[in-house]
Amino acid sequence: MPENAEHIVKSYEQDLKRLRDMITEMGGMVESQVASACTAILQRDRAAAAHAIESDAKVDAREHEIEQYVIRLLALRQPVAGDLRQIVSALKSTGDLERIGDYAANVAKRSLVLEQYSLRYAATGLAHMASLVQENLKRIIDAVGADDPNKAMQVWRSDEAIDEIYNALFRELVTYMMEDPRNITPCTHLLFIAKNLERIGDHATNIAETVYYAVTGTPLTDARPKGDLSSYAVVKPVGE
Amino acid sequence: MNEPLAASDTSQAIVSPTLETRPETAATPAKIAIRNLDFFYGDNRALKAINLNLPERQVTGMIGPSGCGKSTLLRCLNRMYDLYPGQRASGEAMMDGQNIVDPKVDLNALRSRIGMVFQKPTPFPMSIYENIAFGVKLHEKLSKAQMDERVEWSLSRAALWEEAKDRLNSPAGGLSGGQQQRLCIARSIAVRPEVILFDEPTSALDPISTLKVEELIDELKRDFTIAIVTHNMQQAARCADRVAFFYLGEMVEVGTAAQMFTSPREVRTQQYITGRFS
Repeated sequence: MPENAEHIVKSYEQDLKRLRDMITEMGGMVESQVASACTAILQRDRAAAAHAIESDAKVDAREHEIEQYVIRLLALRQPVAGDLRQIVSALKSTGDLERIGDYAANVAKRSLVLEQYSLRYAATGLAHMASLVQENLKRIIDAVGADDPNKAMQVWRSDEAIDEIYNALFRELVTYMMEDPRNITPCTHLLFIAKNLERIGDHATNIAETVYYAVTGTPLTDARPKGDLSSYAVVKPVGE
Repeated sequence: MNEPLAASDTSQAIVSPTLETRPETAATPAKIAIRNLDFFYGDNRALKAINLNLPERQVTGMIGPSGCGKSTLLRCLNRMYDLYPGQRASGEAMMDGQNIVDPKVDLNALRSRIGMVFQKPTPFPMSIYENIAFGVKLHEKLSKAQMDERVEWSLSRAALWEEAKDRLNSPAGGLSGGQQQRLCIARSIAVRPEVILFDEPTSALDPISTLKVEELIDELKRDFTIAIVTHNMQQAARCADRVAFFYLGEMVEVGTAAQMFTSPREVRTQQYITGRFS
């Protein structure tokens, strides 16, 4: 018996293929939305911002469509084992992708606000972070399309680097704000942007865990280092 | 100083509460321990060195394509094959220190301890009451009152008492298919066996009767050790604590129902239960 035998019921096989296509297609939409959001912030590109914001409704609609499709498959096909894991994973991943889309739209909206400030803060850090996040997102969508647990594992492990840049950006931006209260507005927006990018990375690792379980049947149980330490950061008030 | 909150680990939460209520089978003693069991139809080796435990008071489901040996294994366990020349078993199926397949075993005593329910309901052409009493009389001498009590007990345990109590002397053939099957289950438990073997017990029943029999199996496992052969994978998933997958006379894999239907270890199991099998 070949490893990847086809289902006896051809229409079931087609249903599963269609679900996979829907997820990778949604992944592609979100990938391009995040790319636009990053362009908007790094190159002050209004058109890119508009694209990222407008795409959000389409991404939401696609999530809804996938949810309905999954419910239909569960009801009509009563999947088990690998099929069940794949179908439930699609349901989970579509939720993560939708959140990624929300964060991208939020980054794009903030980029429009930031246009009126001439100062460029933390641009190098943000650009680096944006490229790492986009790279991880691309890899995880490839892993979903190819059922590749090893690629998923790589994404899962590489999120730590994103968290580290986020922590560095957090400190940098807080320093600017302490230097001059007029920096508070733009830096707060930048902080939210950095946080949004960091959260995109987290959702990519969620998808990595989902893909890994769907393909191998075993959950990723290693404790992944949680790199966002900004919650514990203590900033001493000036003068103390 | 406050400790950082531990990150919640969602990957651990994949076991649902209902699955957790199923007892861990490793700790449950085996009512029947099958070791290196071979079975032959003439020269044809239909079972190949089967090793399998039937844990006490649990339901063991057996699945696999036609001709894989699952029904043959069931038939070994109450020596049905003794009726046919040229059929023989070797190896061990130990129940309380006794090897079931040993030719010296007293078959009547064995079959009073291991009951069997078949695919199609097989009521005797007699009254409902007599269907139950018939088997009991072979093994025990009971007074009329005791027998009445046994008939009521058996029919109640088989969830048929309410439907049958006013027509105990009517012919069993007048019952519906689902009722007849529950009568056969009542007949099996009337002799108070320790093990009940179900060979496709619901394949001839409508969905509601099927669910009644499944509910019954769930009730019966409190008192009996149960093995069920089924072609209906959802049924194995619903009824069984442990599921064994058979293919070409071999037992390929055994595990908890949850494990078998979410993450089977063997490629052949995965392919069979997901319908990728030729």
